[in-house]
Amino acid sequence: MSPTETKQEYQVIGKRPVRHDGVDKVTGRAVYGADVQLPGMLYGKVLRSPHAHARIKSIRTDKAMSLEGVKAVVTAADLPDPEGRTANLGELGDVPLRNLTRNVLASGKVLYQGHAIAAVAATNPHLAEEALDLIEVEYEVLPPVMDVLEAMKKDAPLLHEDLCTMELGKKSDHHSNIASHQTFRRGDVKAGFASADHILEHEYRSATVHQGYIEPHAATAVWSADGQVTLWCTTQGAFSMRAMVHQILGIPVSKLKVIPTEIGGGFGGKIPSYGEPVAALLARKSRRPVKVVMDRTEVFMGTGPTSASYVKLKMGVTRDGRIVAAEAMLAFEGGAYPGAIVGAGGLCLLAPYNIENLVIDMYDVVVNKPKTAAYRAPGAPNAEHATEALIDEFCELLKMDPLEFRLKNASKEGDVQANDVRFPRIGCIETIEAARASDHYRSKLNGPNRGRGVAAGYWMNAGLTSSVMARLNADGTVTLNEGSTDIGGSRTSIAMQLAESFGIRAEDVSPSVVDTDSVGYTEVTGGSRVTFATGYAAYEAGQALRRQVVEQAAKLWKVEPERVLFEGGVLRDLDDAAKKIGLPELAETLAHRGVDIGARITVTPQKVGGVFGVHIADVEVDPGTGKVTILRYTVVQDVGKAIHPSYVEGQMQGGAVQGIGWALNEEYVYNQEGKMLNASFLDYRMPTSLDLPMIETIIVEVPNPGHPYGVRGVGEVPIVPPLATVANAIAHAVSVRLYEVPMSPPRVVKAMLAKK
Amino acid sequence: MPDKARVRATINGEPADFLCEPRQSLLEVLREELKLTGTKEGCNNGNCGACNVLLNGLLVNSCLVLAVEADGAKVETIEGVMGPQGLHPLQTAFLENAALQCGICTPGFIVAAKALLERKPKATEAEIRHWCAGNLCRCTGYDKIVRAVLDAETRMGEGQ
Repeated sequence: MSPTETKQEYQVIGKRPVRHDGVDKVTGRAVYGADVQLPGMLYGKVLRSPHAHARIKSIRTDKAMSLEGVKAVVTAADLPDPEGRTANLGELGDVPLRNLTRNVLASGKVLYQGHAIAAVAATNPHLAEEALDLIEVEYEVLPPVMDVLEAMKKDAPLLHEDLCTMELGKKSDHHSNIASHQTFRRGDVKAGFASADHILEHEYRSATVHQGYIEPHAATAVWSADGQVTLWCTTQGAFSMRAMVHQILGIPVSKLKVIPTEIGGGFGGKIPSYGEPVAALLARKSRRPVKVVMDRTEVFMGTGPTSASYVKLKMGVTRDGRIVAAEAMLAFEGGAYPGAIVGAGGLCLLAPYNIENLVIDMYDVVVNKPKTAAYRAPGAPNAEHATEALIDEFCELLKMDPLEFRLKNASKEGDVQANDVRFPRIGCIETIEAARASDHYRSKLNGPNRGRGVAAGYWMNAGLTSSVMARLNADGTVTLNEGSTDIGGSRTSIAMQLAESFGIRAEDVSPSVVDTDSVGYTEVTGGSRVTFATGYAAYEAGQALRRQVVEQAAKLWKVEPERVLFEGGVLRDLDDAAKKIGLPELAETLAHRGVDIGARITVTPQKVGGVFGVHIADVEVDPGTGKVTILRYTVVQDVGKAIHPSYVEGQMQGGAVQGIGWALNEEYVYNQEGKMLNASFLDYRMPTSLDLPMIETIIVEVPNPGHPYGVRGVGEVPIVPPLATVANAIAHAVSVRLYEVPMSPPRVVKAMLAKK
Repeated sequence: MPDKARVRATINGEPADFLCEPRQSLLEVLREELKLTGTKEGCNNGNCGACNVLLNGLLVNSCLVLAVEADGAKVETIEGVMGPQGLHPLQTAFLENAALQCGICTPGFIVAAKALLERKPKATEAEIRHWCAGNLCRCTGYDKIVRAVLDAETRMGEGQ
């Protein structure tokens, strides 16, 4: 019996209740970052560099300060000197504090167009903008380096004169834009290739793309005369934001309260701090509340997109379709500061397949673009694009069904990953099999210029620390405070796990995302970890509440707790049918007696379940314009256990569509001077409803043994397969292979013309 | 600072009388002066639809309308969509079809879809996709949004 058949009976899990925060969000009442309004509030605006690379020779702010209505101007001189200090970001690791501080307000040099230099607080936003024009900055413009391979060259202009490559974990004395080089190595690659019947090698490129959340960054700060700082912001992690701001501003963590607002999308891009410390500085200087909201151009130019990348991949395959060797080089742009998430890319690159001989070299390279941030399965789409597209060429060569090829090489429990860690129970095979059995895959696709593509993808997911606090109300419902900011309905998936565990209805849990003073430490909403880890904490809280109400009923009846059963909302004495009490009645009794039933839980679950997805796309290519139309699209994914299937499907659909945008249209277009030419939603072309069909979903459930309900994170992996899925579909539609994304109409036409 | 102009409009059925600078957009005045923050700013240049409102019954991006242009006009925002009977069928359909994830685009989508259904109560999937192409959503992939609008048509047809 496969694990997908071991169905447990649940009362709450697997149902589709209306989300708890839904009414506020469909009526306009929910408060997002920019919606914060405080008495006496000023508006902050940020001056940004017009140059991609320049030395700042001087900054003069006196004219701006003298404009009527301007209450404060700040520059990097207002920030504590970060030199030589390390910022500890908890589970996210240590980074030089300078890299955080200088990205918030530049000092010495500007490293990308849009790099923040100064900020103004004024009584209205227009005045603040006028004041920015009065700030005089003298630059010495330097040549920019805008491409990862160019930046790696020996004679490339250096962004950071003192940056030396971390070579395989050791600091070298090699001054370079290459921040680090790491390697995964396993088996004997030379022998592996020698045993191959076919060897193919290609270079794959992907452009800089942005997360594209619809809500711009927004931060509002109050700095009280007693030094207490309160910060409202739209962030993926209130606690990590507190940690960053406390270190950047050099104020005690106890003096800083972060109140996360509703968050209008993040996808990884709302983990870093940008305007938050700036708003706080402006509030300190002006002694007034200050709100700093970015406009869309600032979001494109001043916040972290994901890495543009170069991947060179060579694979060797036997004539019966076994992958016997792989050799890869991944070079990812970190943007202006080190930190490209290339290690994750390297780890995911070949993960769906069990390959004995491999070597993967990974480079983190700085260029004159915004400091990159995480973007949904960061590193994996760029990397796995190469693997999945190259496999498609092998399948064509061997005349083999692409899913059969993948099944033949599929990873399973116990197989060793590139980092020498063995896979726990995974659902790679089950996912490929479900794709093969799908209506979409079994259907015929006819017509000229049409083609079908498939690709797989893997993402490892994260665990990390999460906290909840639950309290039984006098009416038998539960108030649940949690630390994970809710980007996509996770309040409900967490509340459902508490409800299931405690034994009440989902509707009887009232979940709230609370501030950093009101719940235990909780890591960022990222790594697809919230339903897994915060849900785990909610499960534990439910168990704790259950124990407590059973104990209290036993006390009431003066019997042993073992005799008390809590089921269907009623507590009964197993040995005395006359003794029973509904949870609401018990709760009311306890409230009157002053008995507090509650739980405070912090967990750091270790057994994270990685996930696989397989996507199927049918496309039609317009041979005249190169425009690619998605005719049909199916997402097949292992989810462990779907807590709220609608929101699981939503993650699968939304991730796939972001991937389709990445595959077909999205990219930062730069000119020779390193200036972005398309920093608006008109020109940075994200998919609209008109560009897409319905996105079909097939949920595969291979429970994660590391979670009480079998949950695996579901949010990120759906963005991984689309790049190659669409590329492979285009190849089959018009017999042209593109090795660079986006496969925008001009690139498709060019490739088709070159073929002729 | 430029002189402020007086504007008298009807917003969500209530008379509104406010002062604004000529350079202020309707979006800015709704949000910052009148505190109607349900209307969202995603791009401030007419490309995302998060700020959709109805101006004399016409669907507009309120970021592209000057507040002074609202003088004498009827404005309907997301805050006015819910009637005295409770949620609008579109709001119920969005909730029950899980048509929102982060929710920032939701007010704009609901206002836009309402304008569509007032014109075409039986809009097809293709018509919904075409009409809503001015509203960007980055979370859902639009599938559940389109389904919610279709579901709302059914609910409204049944007189709910």
